[in-house]
Amino acid sequence: MFVMIVGSGRVGSAVARRMLSEGHEVSVLDEDPEAIAHLEKGSDHSWEEQGGSFTVGTALEIDALIEAGIDRADAFVASTDGDNTNLVIAQVAQKRFRVENVVVRVLDPARAAWYEQQGLRTVCPTKIAIAELENAVLEAA
Amino acid sequence: MYVVVVGAGKVGWNLARELLDKGNELTVVESDPARYAVVEEELEHAAQYGDGSELWVLERAGIERADLVIAVTGDDEDNILICQVARDKYGVDRVIARCNNPRNLQHFELLGVKPAVSATDLILRLIEHEVPRVGLLHLLDLPQERLEIIEIEVLPGSPAAGKMVKDIGVPEGSLVISILRDGTGFVPLADSVVEAGDEVLLVLDTGLEDKITARFDPNGGSRDS
Repeated sequence: MFVMIVGSGRVGSAVARRMLSEGHEVSVLDEDPEAIAHLEKGSDHSWEEQGGSFTVGTALEIDALIEAGIDRADAFVASTDGDNTNLVIAQVAQKRFRVENVVVRVLDPARAAWYEQQGLRTVCPTKIAIAELENAVLEAA
Repeated sequence: MYVVVVGAGKVGWNLARELLDKGNELTVVESDPARYAVVEEELEHAAQYGDGSELWVLERAGIERADLVIAVTGDDEDNILICQVARDKYGVDRVIARCNNPRNLQHFELLGVKPAVSATDLILRLIEHEVPRVGLLHLLDLPQERLEIIEIEVLPGSPAAGKMVKDIGVPEGSLVISILRDGTGFVPLADSVVEAGDEVLLVLDTGLEDKITARFDPNGGSRDS
């Protein structure tokens, strides 16, 4: 499948590397040209040499999304460092480009819960961390 | 009416003042501590500190009983989000969003956030209307009669330069009434020749400007205005 990932920070780049290693076609969009370094971590080859593609542009720019190949994406991951940015571009991917599988990272549990109800597949790292921390404390007791 | 304004920049603050003056009840939400301090000094309890895209902040600002929510932060994605949750989660009847980058207007439309107001877009439209083309000057507008008189400069390389008035090909509904050359004007005949550097006065039906400009523009009038 063709996976598009917006935001090449710790999370986005790790997901991108994993998808590529699983044999999927991967396109990453980030506004920072240096962010490609995250994708090349732990490899002697450049991201492009490994078969990935990388586009520089901001997430809200339609032209950048199209250049990165959103038109033919089967899956779309919104993982920039802004919750609101992620929620807006995820809806754009879903409603305008009809991407089948859209996943959004949302740090704020309240917004994650609300947009989940609205039909977006949200992943909330904060909620996961809270649950894990609670479990760890309770187990230790 | 109870109004929640999110973002106390120049736009938000002045809106808040005006709306308060008109007798509305209002809360303005601001996330920058320094800015909040300034605004709070004047608006007191009508100002609230916090990130207006956090739901609990909006709830504290009383969004559930708001008749109108205005999102005027400097971030378009924040304004979209705030208006979406205001409308869909809290049932606010009317929302108004500020669109900072006119290119983002399509996102507001796609996600049903309207009206979205873009100052850049408004000014651009005003410019198009008020200053249609470089080198073209409105001398007289008679909107009732649907007539106007314009002055247009004949630049070097203009397709009109060196042509007789009858050969310029101005559209039907317009007429060359005067040519200004070297500080004096004259009423041309059909075979008077227009030169580069002349200023030509035309009377025309409103709406013909673009067609006329095309006859004088050295670039052929094909560019977008």
